Amino acid sequence: MKLEKNYFADVRNDDLTEIGQARPRSDVPGHVSGKTVYFADRHIPGTLHLKMVRSPHHHARIRSIDLSDAERHPGVARILTAKDVPQNLYTILILIQVGPEDEYVLAQDKVRWKGEAVVAVLADSERAAAEAAAKVKVDYEVLPAVLDMEEALKPGAPTVNELHPGNYYLYDSGDHRKVRFGDAEKGLVEADFVLEQTYRSSPIEHAPTETTGCLVVPEGNDRFTCYTNTQAMFFTLDNASIILQMPGHKLHMVGGTVGGGFGGKVDVTVEPVAILAAKLTGRPVSFIYSREEEMQISSPRAAETITLKDGVMKDGRIVARKVTGYTDAGAYSRHSPYGAQKGAAHYPGPYTIPNVWIDTYCVYTNRTPSSAMRGFGVTIADFALEVQMDKLARLIGMDPLEFRFINAYRDGDMKAHRQPTEGAALIECMQEASRLADWPVAERFMKMSSYKQEA
Amino acid sequence: MPKVPIQLVLNGEERAEFVDSGATLLKVIRDKLGDTSPKGGCHQGTCGACSVEIDGELKLSCLVLAETCGGADVSTVSSLSSDGVLHPLQRAFMENFAAQCGFCTPGMIMAAKSLLDRIPDPTRDDVIEAISGNICRCTGYEPIIQAILTAARANSLTAA
Repeated sequence: MKLEKNYFADVRNDDLTEIGQARPRSDVPGHVSGKTVYFADRHIPGTLHLKMVRSPHHHARIRSIDLSDAERHPGVARILTAKDVPQNLYTILILIQVGPEDEYVLAQDKVRWKGEAVVAVLADSERAAAEAAAKVKVDYEVLPAVLDMEEALKPGAPTVNELHPGNYYLYDSGDHRKVRFGDAEKGLVEADFVLEQTYRSSPIEHAPTETTGCLVVPEGNDRFTCYTNTQAMFFTLDNASIILQMPGHKLHMVGGTVGGGFGGKVDVTVEPVAILAAKLTGRPVSFIYSREEEMQISSPRAAETITLKDGVMKDGRIVARKVTGYTDAGAYSRHSPYGAQKGAAHYPGPYTIPNVWIDTYCVYTNRTPSSAMRGFGVTIADFALEVQMDKLARLIGMDPLEFRFINAYRDGDMKAHRQPTEGAALIECMQEASRLADWPVAERFMKMSSYKQEA
Repeated sequence: MPKVPIQLVLNGEERAEFVDSGATLLKVIRDKLGDTSPKGGCHQGTCGACSVEIDGELKLSCLVLAETCGGADVSTVSSLSSDGVLHPLQRAFMENFAAQCGFCTPGMIMAAKSLLDRIPDPTRDDVIEAISGNICRCTGYEPIIQAILTAARANSLTAA
């Protein structure tokens, strides 16, 4: 590892003792010797295995559920349905006042996506649980589904979630998040060129090698120990407490090394129902996603549709940007209203644009609920923005890297959401990238600085 | 469920156990024999996290029935270090940042060991081929490839 010291040379102090040094990871001796303990590296005798019966339909009304055959299956200890869950309706971010509660731990009356949890079967072995789950009979009335965001927002579209009329998340600013800065329409009219492009992305699964899961042990002191690979311990603790209507001190959540998360383990999908099962049976419970569940059921990165309309001058300045962004939450909110909001703040990119107009929508469809994944809300935005930057540079016949130097924000520049830029380092990063990639730019760009404006 | 008696050698130690008929070797090593170093990432032979050696051959322990392993000599990554002294592959994985979450690491190191036992001086292509059955979602593989090549070089220096 090499620490470049020629950048910011006159403002840096070089008393760094850690940055630029290669340090071994503290956990790596355990990883290479096989001694690192993951949640499932515990064998607890007497454990019940939880198998979830899931919706085979994108959208359906539940007419009835018949458990009689499943309950008689050898090895079955207990079967849970919606009525067993003390507070069945929840949403993860209610903890930070991002409501309404809009999702059911176990489906109640309706299923809204293919794979939604309906009935939890608990049995002595994984095999018995799977066999009994296959005997649960759910009578569905299949409803029209909407799988496309633009279709979902049209009048008369099927309502995905009755708690979100119109199939959009209702922010305090209305049906979308908005940024208004300068006069984008005027800027577009005055620009030498205007380029409008639409970018679309599909959901992306994190696919961690360790699947989502937990083990729950009912303790002698009326508490429950939950060994979990959650990435969000306090979301899990507090949501489990709400769902189970159980004070937090009764829940002993034990985390540890997570076998890959990437944001895919911040939802609270296994712990509450497993703790409930342990409570109702008095036995340890294991609920671990199969590989198929991890790929099909765990929430992916949201699909997005992004339309960018930029006005650019022949000299390379972007003078206006208009953005409409749609984030596909799937059937329930989880972290998507927050992701769509992050997008709104992010769309100018690391560029100083005097006229900006942004609307972002969080849309509900009958698809797998989406949630967090590495930089959610901004990663796909960056894909669209940077492809657009290359296209704009081509449009005016300019080198794409030089085009970015012209527009890069620097200290003191006002961002579209009215935060002055501080501590910018984009110019210097691009200078180093130019050298490393052997992609030369004009000397004037190599002399620029993020914190010193030239005369 | 009927229990089947089996006797095998695990990491150099004679072991005997009654196992469920149909139980995988992975499950028996982890739950009955107490070595949790092989991991279950897919239970369908696609991720490689459960890789072990059976009689010197690299196998996916999630696809092997324990009851077929009577008399077998089974080794996991736990067999590679003794008295706190790490195998050159383990050291190379540490020093090359070849492990992040660590979940694929035990299987990955067993696949690498199997390669170096067969080909002490592998090419980069040999390494890529050897770990092609092991999925890593953190590293992007490059540090793993470098670690295995580094360990091979260290071995050949020792041998010379």
